[in-house]
Amino acid sequence: MSLRLTQAALQHGNGVHALRNVDLHIAPGERVAIIGPSGAGKSSLLNLLATALQPSSGELHVLGEQPWQLSGRQRQRLRARIGLVHQAPPLPARQRVVTAVLAGKLGQWGLAKSLLSLLHPLDIPGAQRELAKLDLADKLFAQCQQLSGGQLQRVGIARALYQAPEVLLADEPVSAMDPVLAAHTLSVLCRHAEASGVTLIASLHAVELALAHFPRVIGLRDGQILFDRPAAEVDQAQLDALYANEQLLSPPLSAVSLSLQIPRC
Amino acid sequence: MLSRTQRDPAALPRLLLSLLALALLWPGIQLSELDLGVLLQADSQSEMGRFVAAFWPPAHDTAFLELLLQATLQTLAIATAGMALALLLAIPASLLASRALSLSAAARGGRPKALAQLLRWPVRGLLIFLRSVPEIVWALLFVRAVGLGPTAGVLAIAITYSGMLGKVYAEIYESVDQRPMHALLQSGSGRLTAFFYGILPNAAAELTSYTVYRWECAIRASVVMGFVGAGGLGQQIDLSLRMFAGGEVASMLLTFLLLVLLADQLSRLLRRRLA
Repeated sequence: MSLRLTQAALQHGNGVHALRNVDLHIAPGERVAIIGPSGAGKSSLLNLLATALQPSSGELHVLGEQPWQLSGRQRQRLRARIGLVHQAPPLPARQRVVTAVLAGKLGQWGLAKSLLSLLHPLDIPGAQRELAKLDLADKLFAQCQQLSGGQLQRVGIARALYQAPEVLLADEPVSAMDPVLAAHTLSVLCRHAEASGVTLIASLHAVELALAHFPRVIGLRDGQILFDRPAAEVDQAQLDALYANEQLLSPPLSAVSLSLQIPRC
Repeated sequence: MLSRTQRDPAALPRLLLSLLALALLWPGIQLSELDLGVLLQADSQSEMGRFVAAFWPPAHDTAFLELLLQATLQTLAIATAGMALALLLAIPASLLASRALSLSAAARGGRPKALAQLLRWPVRGLLIFLRSVPEIVWALLFVRAVGLGPTAGVLAIAITYSGMLGKVYAEIYESVDQRPMHALLQSGSGRLTAFFYGILPNAAAELTSYTVYRWECAIRASVVMGFVGAGGLGQQIDLSLRMFAGGEVASMLLTFLLLVLLADQLSRLLRRRLA
């Protein structure tokens, strides 16, 4: 058993119910995509599974343990086996890419080794290898502030790959990339998961990518699971129900004729 | 008239806060007996004029310049040694006192657990105690313990400045982006490692700037403490003032200007390297 949520709910500090009555079971080595409209709770669900947030009620089992029953030290050890890719990777602006990638292994390295690596990167080939998979090897010694949003996302993925976790969670990992790069990056993630038997769960806003790369798709809406089925069985009616939005009415066509504005300056 | 939905909800609190600040300023002026008119009276102006006129020309004979160099080096040494000792205490204390290193905060939207917060209080209390006693009082105390000379100044600076540095360092850690640190904690790293990888890169420029500024303050403080016998430029200024040697005081003030200018340039250089 890799991940199990039982009747889990999550309420944020401001009183918003992000997730309600979520039951979920994901077996080791499965690859699952989470789709749903903005604000449906995709990030909350991933953060819950990553043990970054504590459920307000219900139970969470990760890799056979109940993370919130463990002591702080044991929980940190468990967390080293879980990787989370952030949508906007939180990397210090001045940090070099090589350091940011090597930081993936901080959970496994001791304090002395970590500090030594801060002075001089200890595993440059390792960082280079992960970056090369994502076509970013030439940025090894660049500072994070010199990278674009899509490049930063790939640095975040390289860090998670370098961490080599047993459960890999990705929150909109390719949202800032062009379609070709997004497809390539997702296939890198999927190949890595398949080759090393890693459980991979990614939230995506592009439905086609989810259906193309993941055998199992979960539709999330208003903090609840709307459907959870093999990608081949997801049909258009379900997607329409998932993304239906009554708030957004197409603006009434105005009768005013367009007047050409010529900037004068 | 703005409708209810368009009114800025922050407008009223801002207005009230501004009024409160003004209302508090008035009794402050009354209590401090501030009266700028005194400066414009004729006799106080001529008095100040006589005092300043004695400063010209600055003393520059060889014997005095040698003495000045000696005293300047001693002042720099007092300030630097005091800062180094202060850092020994300030860095661990700031790490213990800062909420930024909280493990529980990472999973609770930035708010640490109440118990963990309670444990930070003794350290904060220690830092408050260290900096609430002015360095001149510590200097007077240590002059009695170790005798006249720079040692008293070094110890006084070390104690007061460790309190100031520790407090401000802890707050700088809290004021930078916490997400890199939280992300590292969430992937299993220890707090100290996460601090060095997640907080320090963002805080380095601010920390350097504050440290160099404090070093500059330590130079000034060591001068004040020289007046009570803790060595350095201050002791020389005290002697020169007593002998009504205004030229010597002027030379020493110019040295001062130079030192502060130097500190300013150093800070700028370091900040540019770290930005």
